[in-house]
Amino acid sequence: MKKSIVKQILLITDGCSNQGEDPSAIAALAKEQGVAVNVIGVVTEDQTMNGGIQEVEDIALAGGGISQIVHAKQLSQTVQMVTRQAMTQTIQGVINHELQQILGDSRSMDDLSPEKRGPVMDVVDELGETVNLEVCIIVDTSASMEKKLPTVHEALLDLSISLNSRMGSNQFCLYAFPGKHRPADRLLSWTPKIDSISHAFSKLASRGITPTGPALKEVLKSFDKRSRRDLATYGEAAIEEAND
Amino acid sequence: MEKRLSKKQTIKFTPGSIIVGKWHKKQYQIIRSLGFGARGTVFLAHCEHGRVALKFGFDNAGVTSEVNVLNKFSKVQGESLGPSLYDVDDWVTRKEVYAFYAMEYISGSPLLECIRVKGFEWTTIFILQLLKDLGRLHEAGWVFGDLKPDNLVVTSSPLKVRWLDVGGTTPIGRSIKEYTEFFDRGYWGFGTRKAEPSYDLFSVAMIFVNATDGCKMEKGQDPEKKLIRHIQSHRKLAPYADVITQALYGKFSTAGQMRRALLEQISETPSRARRISKVRMIKRKSKRKAEWKGTLLLVGIILLAYTLYVALFIM
Repeated sequence: MKKSIVKQILLITDGCSNQGEDPSAIAALAKEQGVAVNVIGVVTEDQTMNGGIQEVEDIALAGGGISQIVHAKQLSQTVQMVTRQAMTQTIQGVINHELQQILGDSRSMDDLSPEKRGPVMDVVDELGETVNLEVCIIVDTSASMEKKLPTVHEALLDLSISLNSRMGSNQFCLYAFPGKHRPADRLLSWTPKIDSISHAFSKLASRGITPTGPALKEVLKSFDKRSRRDLATYGEAAIEEAND
Repeated sequence: MEKRLSKKQTIKFTPGSIIVGKWHKKQYQIIRSLGFGARGTVFLAHCEHGRVALKFGFDNAGVTSEVNVLNKFSKVQGESLGPSLYDVDDWVTRKEVYAFYAMEYISGSPLLECIRVKGFEWTTIFILQLLKDLGRLHEAGWVFGDLKPDNLVVTSSPLKVRWLDVGGTTPIGRSIKEYTEFFDRGYWGFGTRKAEPSYDLFSVAMIFVNATDGCKMEKGQDPEKKLIRHIQSHRKLAPYADVITQALYGKFSTAGQMRRALLEQISETPSRARRISKVRMIKRKSKRKAEWKGTLLLVGIILLAYTLYVALFIM
């Protein structure tokens, strides 16, 4: 478990998809491939998310992740909280699976007495601190999001600070959708630290379509490529850690 | 496993409600709600121990983590730093299972309110007390994490700062999971969220800033400049600007160092003299006012006399 990787997609959007496949179906596909999908719906004070809330919740539910609707102001804290909580949830899922193997039937952590739950949670917390994490962030850059992009930028820098304070290693990549020619454009390929993305956001031209489903599908591919290409480097990193 | 951040219903109890734990069968009667935070809701309740604080978390994993911290916390030697833990259990409703724990109820007044009532000079005293306790915590290998006035309470006779919520306490070397932006080093761009003593000392410096006038400014375009300028130009903060800025920049590696620096600063600050001069200034002002009134009266009389003189003798 120490060498294993928790994989997540983090979708930041403010509304409904209106083009292509059902985003929930793609999120379910991601879950099948071991990637959890978290969704954050960003609203401003004068704006409500008409109908978008249901979609946000549905995508996260199908993707085995966490969803949250927030005002732009609270975005920074929410992004790190959602990412962390989802990581804990994934680890808990694995631990629960192990518990079922040992204890039989459909027992989970919640079925244990508080005294037995404590040590199990210690293991979950320990793994949350040390496990390697891959987060692919995908940001909705359609017209209505334009004003919120500086806040999104700030929240992502903040996420990088939070996760890089952990003992485990991190990899981030960043996509924006809709893309110029494809459903989503890659702004940043896998990197351990998010720092210089301000210029990337300023280049974006916004259009009226929101192809959330196809964009998620495009993003999911980045994990495929990664697992084939970078397995070797990860092995090294794990060995290095063990030597410390 | 599909529990989400926002999905679980916030738990509500009407005063008088009776709660019985699933495992230990202990009975609690709710008195009132004490507060509502990002991690859960706390109620004042009555049980066989007397009054206790009951904390219900939003997710069971979070409650278990906090209980683990409280358990390890009680092993820190000496005078207890946080509230003692009494019981951990589950409350089963028709729809959900809520994990909760019962801890010591610390009754006192909120830190900021206490400073407002007692006067600003108490701020430094409370900070000194806080630094002493933090020193002990750090030596035991822990960092408080979410240090802010909301998590502190002042108990009376004698006045002493105590820790209300220690759920965010983290072993040194790990990462801080819970924080409040204004008091967070990462938010202001002064460093990481790694659990180390200097992380807590940054928060202590921000409590100082916050305690002066309840100010909670936003970071703006240039957070570092804005914050430092505020501290140096603020009448109440300026005398301690040196200690505060050193804490912000992580120049103190232990709470003890910061405490000594603050003690030196306090002995150098002529607070008493300033207080007297303030009183004098008010007196002088009122005297001046009286003098001015006298002059006006005199001018009036002379004018009247002159008018009478003109009216009687010239006309």
